[in-house]
Amino acid sequence: MALDDRKSDFTFVGTRPNRPDGLDKVTGRAKFGADISAPGMLHGAILRSPHAHARIVKIDTSKAEAHKDVKAVVTRADFSDKVEFKPGLSGEFWNVLENVMASDKALYDGHAVAAVAATSALAARDALKLIEVEYEVLPHVTDVDKAMAPDAPIIREGAADYSVPEGMHPNVVRYHESGHGDVDAGFAEADLVIEDSFATEATHQGYIEPHACMGSLGSDGKGELWCTTQGHWIAQKTCAALLGIETSQLRVTASEIGGGFGGKTTVFIEPVALALSRKANRPVKIVMSRSEVFRATGPTASASMDIKIGMKKDGTITAAQGIFRLQGGAFPGAPGDMTAMCAFAPYNLTNVRQVGYDVMSNRPKQAAYRAPGAPMGAFAVESVLDELCNQLGLDPVDVRLKNAAHEGTKASYGPTYERIGLVETLEAAKAHPHYSAPLKPGQGRGISCGFWFNHGGETSVSLALSEDGSAQVMVGTPDIGGSRASMALMAAEVLGIPYENIRVTVADTATLGYNDVSHGSRVTYASGLATIKAARHAVEQLCARAAASWGIPADAVKWENGCAVPSGPNAGDFDPRPLADITAHMGATGGPISGHFEATPEGAGVSFGTHIVDAEVDPETGKTSITRYTVIQDAGKAIHPTYVEGQYQGGAAQGIGWALNEEYIYGDDGRLQNSIFLDYRIPVASDLPMIDTVIVEVPNPGHPFGVRGVGETGIVPPLAAIANAVSNAAGVRMKQLPMSPPRILAALKDNG
Amino acid sequence: MNYHSPASFAEASALAANATGITRFLAGGTDVLVQLRSELVTPETLIDIKKIDGVSDITQNADGSWTLGVAATGAEMSEHPTLGRDWPGVVEAMDLIGSTQIQGRATLTGNLCNGSPAADSVPAMVAAGVTVTVTGPGGDREVAVEDIPTGPGKTSLTKGELISAVHIPARGDNAGDAYLRFIPRTEMDIAVVGAGVSLRLDGDTVTEARVSLGAVAPTVLLVEDCAEAIIGSTLDDTALEALAAAASAACKPIDDKRGTIAFRTEVAGVLAKRAAKIAYARAKGEDL
Repeated sequence: MALDDRKSDFTFVGTRPNRPDGLDKVTGRAKFGADISAPGMLHGAILRSPHAHARIVKIDTSKAEAHKDVKAVVTRADFSDKVEFKPGLSGEFWNVLENVMASDKALYDGHAVAAVAATSALAARDALKLIEVEYEVLPHVTDVDKAMAPDAPIIREGAADYSVPEGMHPNVVRYHESGHGDVDAGFAEADLVIEDSFATEATHQGYIEPHACMGSLGSDGKGELWCTTQGHWIAQKTCAALLGIETSQLRVTASEIGGGFGGKTTVFIEPVALALSRKANRPVKIVMSRSEVFRATGPTASASMDIKIGMKKDGTITAAQGIFRLQGGAFPGAPGDMTAMCAFAPYNLTNVRQVGYDVMSNRPKQAAYRAPGAPMGAFAVESVLDELCNQLGLDPVDVRLKNAAHEGTKASYGPTYERIGLVETLEAAKAHPHYSAPLKPGQGRGISCGFWFNHGGETSVSLALSEDGSAQVMVGTPDIGGSRASMALMAAEVLGIPYENIRVTVADTATLGYNDVSHGSRVTYASGLATIKAARHAVEQLCARAAASWGIPADAVKWENGCAVPSGPNAGDFDPRPLADITAHMGATGGPISGHFEATPEGAGVSFGTHIVDAEVDPETGKTSITRYTVIQDAGKAIHPTYVEGQYQGGAAQGIGWALNEEYIYGDDGRLQNSIFLDYRIPVASDLPMIDTVIVEVPNPGHPFGVRGVGETGIVPPLAAIANAVSNAAGVRMKQLPMSPPRILAALKDNG
Repeated sequence: MNYHSPASFAEASALAANATGITRFLAGGTDVLVQLRSELVTPETLIDIKKIDGVSDITQNADGSWTLGVAATGAEMSEHPTLGRDWPGVVEAMDLIGSTQIQGRATLTGNLCNGSPAADSVPAMVAAGVTVTVTGPGGDREVAVEDIPTGPGKTSLTKGELISAVHIPARGDNAGDAYLRFIPRTEMDIAVVGAGVSLRLDGDTVTEARVSLGAVAPTVLLVEDCAEAIIGSTLDDTALEALAAAASAACKPIDDKRGTIAFRTEVAGVLAKRAAKIAYARAKGEDL
């Protein structure tokens, strides 16, 4: 594997100090979304549709409004497309508003239709029962294939964009097609062509902290919002639009966050709390129950997929084609395009074609979930590859190595790759003791590769030095994976002061420039890059102060090990001036020293991983145990290796749940049947093996220290790797997720 | 909501008999409080029986039988020095329920009166031949556990009646019991299928047996055909196959979010066999 030849240059980066927020979190001092209160605060509760699809004929809130404990009731009439001063919303803002509070139709079980604010949480809950809603129940559809069928009920006419070919059902709202070469010619060259269909069910991110917020909004249009979120600027922008106020008049503070995984990149309850507050003229807090989280936040899309791959006897892929249909709930947004673009991205293909559909159904509006769309496509494609290897008697790692994308490969989705690390992860897999370890009877092994784009995004970081030589860093990306530790390490590396002397704060929207959401595996990359540049900006000033004190030009001073030193013998002979020595006098030598950086970095660097999984299947019950799991992934450069490993293990753990037992189960009535953790079966700790990790480091040319984001790629290979392991253990190809025991036992029986 | 904490079962019975609206007895509360908080059941009268003298006691009687108070918890059963040696299947079944925190509250009686066909302790109690004392306005009566549930969420207890004690028979010699359940995970789940077996041996031959199945019918089943399939055998493969076939034949399951009819029917046979093997080994003294 390629080693990072710059490793020896780092003093702090690559070490594993304790996280700065650790003590707060283990002692309960950390304040999460629900840990807020204010004088005069009210409690909000939301009334939700019990129907999958229904016209709202009438809402009578008079009895609730008359209740002595109730201080405000809101419906859609209280949001910006109905209020006078800023009417009209379009695009995604309109979709979010429609999701946050239904207008003429309830579009899924759990869709918000009204809300109350009362003097206690119990009073608010009870007051919901006083709201009378008259529904006209409409036919519904929750399955992606059925939603595309000619006789499917129409969720919303006119929701499709220009990309959808004529003649498709109105529920198909976006269409993607890409690729290169001639797939038919490629299939003709193959010695074996396998064509098969696959399906996955929607899963939820399952973050342990339910959505919670407190909003305060006055009739002067000035507001405050506290919420658990992956991005408080998007919350600010969206809430302001939905409530018809100016963006800058709403100050949003992100709480500590108990997991997001993409699911907290939008708003659900925040605009409702603000609307209630505006009406009641008091702060309003809303905390979702777990059942509300399942029914009415954003699970991932479900998928139906057809894959066709041709291969020569030597393992060369001659052509690959995929059709990916994704259902994303009652709004546009299912990542059919992402699924299509990622599905074949690990491979160097002459002939490839992929098609993606975004389909609406009567389910909650999907939200991002770690590498949104990619895991499903990888499941389908890597299953077919595994079957080709089995039928041609080829080693699955060798076949992937033979076809692996590398620097200069034209990616299946268009661009040409820069330096990437897929081959290195495959070579590490081949060399890993796991890959050659013997299997016991009843066990099977599975391999899969996975790809994710990674993202840069708008980023602002500000850094201020204190008189005593310590530093504070203000970032705008909520810490969902240990990023405060990573930022402090990168700042320490540039400033040359100890990690412990740096405090990193997630600043609110009023104290820092705009920041995109903590998503797209972008934080260590983009906020990290901005932190490095902000620190360098401060270092320039430190050097200038030292130069002035020595009476030499600023460019004759360099920064080394936390000290200003003359850049060479010709610059003069002066003793090094440590950072704290310069900051001690900064007030009298030109004023406070700070650094800042704002940009939209474009060099995020794509990311690849390879997973090895062993599974054991009980042939009498269909129950699967994962007996061994190894994650190998390119991190570019691991700033804090422990948290990189944590991301790898977390992706594998969530993948195990998605592959084996997690699923949204809808009844014939279109209602979600398993909206609690008892029946929505995420893995418990004892379900998981120790997940081994290998950090491959092929530096990203787009980051000063070589970082590639690591948060998302880790969930791309597991579905396929586990399906391949289970299929090889059971002796029957599993094509539908989750691979629950009833489904495996039925497949075993069908197989004789 | 009216909350009462009577000092005797007679008082508890009288309170219930005179109550109007929905009444619930509260011991560990691991079902009642969950139902209350999720608004499934909002009782008008809540009668807390934890404060009655002796309700947490686990007592072995002179004849070797056991009497358990209605508030004795799963944790107290598991930690008892000798109960699990006599009835490992009953103790293990109770121990499968919920988390460590739940074990500190949950009780056999609550599990039984919740009326779930998937209750883990109930098949084990039925296989063990456990009986309960029911106290009501007319006095006490003793009822077999299998006669308490009448359907999902329903019991044969009438207004004013409550269970006041649990009686596990004397174990006796050359006997063993076992309970197994199927869940797709390793813990913290509800049985998709459960199977309890209790048996006695003479040498290598099964002389007495009781086999019970959970989560495969509206109530926990005591399956006579299963017992007959193994009585007189040495639990050889033929007997085990007959046991599995009888277990599957007894199933009247439903398709739901936790499992399918076909799956439950098949796995009931598998678990009955596996539980019987464990009970047999225990009876032989091979696994205590």
